[in-house]
Amino acid sequence: MRAALVLLWLATPAFAEVAPFIVTGDALEAPLVAAPASAARGEAIVKNRETANCLICHAIPDPRERFMGDVGPPLAGVGSRLTPGQIRLRLVDPTRLNAEAIMPAYHRTEGLNRVDPRYLGRPVLTAMEIEDVVAYLARLKE
Amino acid sequence: MRRWLLLALWPLAVSAQEVRPSREFLSPALRAQQEDPSRHPGWLWVDEGEAIWRRGERSCQSCHGDISAMRGVATRYPAVASDGALLNLEGRIERCRVENQGAAPFGYESEALLSLTAAVARQSRGMAMSVPVDGAAAAFLEEGHAFYETRQGQLNLSCGQCHDANAGRRLRGDVISHGLGTGYPAYRLEWNGMGSLHRRLRACSLGVRATQFPLGSREYLTLELYLAHRARGMPVEAPGLRR
Ligand code: HEC
Ligand code: HEC
Repeated sequence: MRAALVLLWLATPAFAEVAPFIVTGDALEAPLVAAPASAARGEAIVKNRETANCLICHAIPDPRERFMGDVGPPLAGVGSRLTPGQIRLRLVDPTRLNAEAIMPAYHRTEGLNRVDPRYLGRPVLTAMEIEDVVAYLARLKE
Repeated sequence: MRRWLLLALWPLAVSAQEVRPSREFLSPALRAQQEDPSRHPGWLWVDEGEAIWRRGERSCQSCHGDISAMRGVATRYPAVASDGALLNLEGRIERCRVENQGAAPFGYESEALLSLTAAVARQSRGMAMSVPVDGAAAAFLEEGHAFYETRQGQLNLSCGQCHDANAGRRLRGDVISHGLGTGYPAYRLEWNGMGSLHRRLRACSLGVRATQFPLGSREYLTLELYLAHRARGMPVEAPGLRR
């Protein structure tokens, strides 16, 4: 039993949870998964204060949300400023655009230090969740 | 990029070089309460600590005299002991307890140790931090500085990315301060009680989903030394009052 578990673990490298992608310019054009994305799910992810926690740093144009942060730029109008591909790359790993970026990489597991063992080898958001958030942000036209 | 930089005229944001006292980042109400012992629950711990100071045959008082003799001590800690160990105020008190009082240590985060630490630190309230960082302390300082600057955790943030680059900005309901240890031990409303600096540091580690080091660990002790050096010239605020 134990040997089987170890084998299974060895066969599943840590980066398996990160979808492969190709960066073109400052964008990541192709969706990370083929399944259709949901803007409604994306909105719930952005508002979730336990997992993605975007609102700790960003404000969204929703008067029902309180205590939003201002460490990052307001997300109102982000769907007009950026293409879905540009948004996708900024979520997946902003350090690919700017090594000093403060915004966490939401879909990356490599090159991180002292990660809490509970999260080791796992990205903050799955490929599907990234796509849902892209769908939601792309709709924030103003 | 440039566009949102122009858009965002964060009024409180300050330059990385200029470190400001933690109390300046508190809401006016909390700040006033921190200055008023009659409305500051942390004073219950100070009173208890002063009682412990006098208690027993081999009391702290029997060696050191009145607790007012501790004036200025907190401005100089963490400090390197004669055997080369880096001790913060809690560590120094625990050592006295074991070596000079022949008693069992109180244990990190125990009410007794928090009380004594608060009572001792309070004697330096308002005095400027001036921790020595030469000699044996230099290597510890370097270690703490490196920790402070290293991105860590699943969210990949260094201490400085919040406490230098973004001091004054809002992280959810909090205003980010310069991340000094000058207010600790502090009474935190969220804790509903008194807590040590290392407990607060564990919260920041958790916040970026990084390994949380044990209270009193080498990682947090050397970090505490760096924070104390960063705070040089800043007033001791202990016992602090935090949300
Ligand atoms: C710790 C702070 C922080 C968190 C948490 C955070 N961001 Fe950001 N975000 C930033 C900062 C700062 C920038 C500006 C680029 C930089 O310096 O990283 C940014 C930039 C962006 C941009 C580009 C905006 C533009 O106009 O160029 C998007 C889109 C974005 N964030 C979305 C999100 C979403 C969605 C989440 C949650 C899944 C999130 N952010 C979580 C701090 C954060
Ligand atoms: C994602 C942002 C963020 C990161 C990264 C971060 N902190 Fe904090 N820290 C906060 C917030 C928010 C508070 C509460 C408001 C305040 O007092 O600054 C805080 C509080 C503190 C305090 C208490 C200040 C006081 O007077 O109560 C200290 C000390 C501190 N941080 C040090 C650190 C150190 C050292 C690190 C790195 C190991 C670190 N922080 C990483 C956001 C952060």
